[in-house]
Amino acid sequence: MSLSMIALLVLALGAVAFLAARGRANLFKPEGRERLHSRPNYHAAHVMLWVVLPALIFLAMWSYVTPRLVVGAMLDSPAASQLPPAGIERDAVLSEARGLADGSIEGSFNPAAEQLAPVYREQRDRYTLLGAIAAALLALAGGGFAWTKLRKDFRARNRVERVVMAALIAASMIAIFTTFGIVVSLLFESLRFFEKVSPIEFLFGLEWSPQTAIRADQVGSSGAFGAVPLFWGTIFIGAIIAMIVAIPLGLMCAIYLTQYAKPRLRMWMKPMLEMLAGVPTVVYGYFAALTVAPAIRDFAAWAGIPDASSESALAAGLVMGVMIIPFVSSMADDSLAAVPQAMRDGSLALGATPSETIRRVLVPAALPGVVGGVLLAVSRAIGETMIVVMAAGMAANLTANPFATVTTVTTQIVALLTGDQEFDSAKTLAAFALGLTLLIVTLILNIIALRVVKKYREAYE
Amino acid sequence: MSEIALRPGADIAVARTATGWKSDTMNRRVARRYASERRFRAVGLFAVVLSGGFLAFLLISMLIGGARGFTQTELKLTVDFPSIAAGTTAEALKGPQADETIAALDLETLASTAATAGYGDGSAALLSDGAWLKLRSALKDDPTLITRKAVIWVPASVDIDMAAKGKGDGEHKKIVDRLKAQGNLHTGISTTFFTSADSTDPTAVGIWGAFKGTLLTMLITALLAFPVGTLAALYLEEYAPRNAWTDMIEVSINNLAAVPSIIFGLLGLAVFLNFFNMPRSAPIVGGLTLALMTMPVIVIAARNAIKAVPPSIRDGALAMGASPIQVVFHHVLPLAMPGILTGTIIGMARALGETAPLILIGMRAFISSPPAGFTEPATVLPVQIFLWSDEVSAGFVEKTSAAIIVLLVFLMTMNATAIYLRNHFERRW
Repeated sequence: MSLSMIALLVLALGAVAFLAARGRANLFKPEGRERLHSRPNYHAAHVMLWVVLPALIFLAMWSYVTPRLVVGAMLDSPAASQLPPAGIERDAVLSEARGLADGSIEGSFNPAAEQLAPVYREQRDRYTLLGAIAAALLALAGGGFAWTKLRKDFRARNRVERVVMAALIAASMIAIFTTFGIVVSLLFESLRFFEKVSPIEFLFGLEWSPQTAIRADQVGSSGAFGAVPLFWGTIFIGAIIAMIVAIPLGLMCAIYLTQYAKPRLRMWMKPMLEMLAGVPTVVYGYFAALTVAPAIRDFAAWAGIPDASSESALAAGLVMGVMIIPFVSSMADDSLAAVPQAMRDGSLALGATPSETIRRVLVPAALPGVVGGVLLAVSRAIGETMIVVMAAGMAANLTANPFATVTTVTTQIVALLTGDQEFDSAKTLAAFALGLTLLIVTLILNIIALRVVKKYREAYE
Repeated sequence: MSEIALRPGADIAVARTATGWKSDTMNRRVARRYASERRFRAVGLFAVVLSGGFLAFLLISMLIGGARGFTQTELKLTVDFPSIAAGTTAEALKGPQADETIAALDLETLASTAATAGYGDGSAALLSDGAWLKLRSALKDDPTLITRKAVIWVPASVDIDMAAKGKGDGEHKKIVDRLKAQGNLHTGISTTFFTSADSTDPTAVGIWGAFKGTLLTMLITALLAFPVGTLAALYLEEYAPRNAWTDMIEVSINNLAAVPSIIFGLLGLAVFLNFFNMPRSAPIVGGLTLALMTMPVIVIAARNAIKAVPPSIRDGALAMGASPIQVVFHHVLPLAMPGILTGTIIGMARALGETAPLILIGMRAFISSPPAGFTEPATVLPVQIFLWSDEVSAGFVEKTSAAIIVLLVFLMTMNATAIYLRNHFERRW
């Protein structure tokens, strides 16, 4: 019997308690002009919460400590006397013993593991049984306590509502925990990285080759962690090439669909544009690598451009630009709609054609909103991973040739963290430093963008 | 006279006369302005058509490339089962030891000898590496086969498969033409693709493993992100006092919605895998990571839906004596539910297509059997697409496109559901 089974049993017990308590509460009859405070369901929920909550909280804590207790007990057993001292070897034996006991592996390399498996199974069963008994006692005690409160004048609703409120607050705290988790984990690993590599070298170094040598005495064994080529590649693909595609197309789409298109066309084209944003990025990546990149390479070869690569910055940037179109267009759409009608009417009344009105009045008036939208799109583009992983290369070049291969921050994060890894090497830690940089830059872009958009909204309200 | 009026900076002393709207200069000017108007409009239309064209090109190229991925070329094989029976009886194949008995038979050799017998020396290369699996399943379905010769269609090798679909080289093309003329080769819908998992041989791969991984991961994501997101939205919209604390919650939610997905992968790697020691590649870790990523999206959508419920509903319920909690859970939440569900489905659709964070937490491993539970190693559809796109063998190209079609169909169904919900259940007050 596993702990999750016990948890299910506790829940079943809670359901039984709910039904029993409701049956009891249904019998409450008001006397005279007395009014009952809580409806039967609240009395029932109160009892159920007392049965379920303490037991589940206990089980959650128990499931955290049990593995440690089991391993401790196993190490004290006579079968463990000839184990190697604490370290990787012992951990390997222990995990084999665990696998044997679970039945997830059938044979082991280590005879010691086979001896330990029965001990492990016995100890695990013992602690699970202990946990089950304790949980059952807690559930019964809680239920019994709540049952004594099951009276006509008991304010069960207030108690239940307090729990509901606590759940609501806990749910909204998760956002803070997540933010905290992201910042702390990135900072922590980045600091460990900066112990090995100076931040100055990381931020301003021009050479990136994270492959550390296997032997310590080899030349260049520390690798080079100058991230400037990555930053340049990211900006080149995400903020330059992609935006050259996305800004004109997105803006013109928004203008045409809001100012010119008949409602029917708009009804069809707007969801279609939104579909561009809904296509998974891995599909774009595949499309870029399989269709666009070879076409661009062939074109470059035909035009005689040097350094043409089949993993060009142009291929990734173009496809990313297409992906970004809907973001730019929907932001531009919103900002155009926010321009007061009076400005448009004024311009048209003076005899300007619609296009003159758009170019001389609407777009300048909506510019802050459009700029905000573009900044958001840039922050989205530089954080985009799959397109560049699949279509841009791995070589960290500092080049402005769009047909050459460049690499980006996100590509390198994926490259550094996949494959063989040991968690303490500068190579893996570098990924977290890159992640931290990416996070900071996207957040700054977002904050500026939202500021700009908000200021501009206020100007017209 | 209009010349004067039109030229800026002309002598002011000259008396202005009425503008000659019908003069040639004016007509030319108006014509020029109208032409520019038409040009601008055409550029706008061009932009819309181009963007739509990109989408259409993307979808059509995937469809054309992927349609072939659902099919598989099969070769007719006359198999002489008794030659390897060595005393194995049909009864033994039905009995409780059936699996062991079948495993003891050398079906791989049988397949290649059957190919050599039927099509000459070296013909074993015509068969897919997984051809013998077909013999095994045939034998499981009908144990009496062991006593006789039988005709069985087995998957052909990648080269033959490609050639039959018109993409192979000349030599294989000739073999295919000959076999087809004899009626020994046909290409049909492949059930393998929907029932098996990853493999090294493109003729034996399937998406069921990745699909099941996706379902398990999405289940975890939905079970966590939907309740937590909804409750958080209810708190922030209905109860939260305006203070520094709630401001902090709001700022973190808005920021989380803008954090690149790969950062969530780093979080999952550092916290769930390295700190909590959860199993690598498991749907539960993937689901948790995606839930954290999806939750802000759901919170933002849910808040808008809750905001749209008119205050009169709340006032009415409060006036009837409902407690604040009852007001929200009996009145506001049911009315906001369609909007919340729409937001949830859209957030889930985004999580479904997400690849990068799952790669970082190790869901890119080669996994040849569908996951049995939440803690088993698994992969998901987008990651499977990524893995197949890296394969060298030509047979994987069409399989990748086929998997993309499956993913897109799944996504479109979800989005269509969201649009349906929005149109049919969302009330405007």
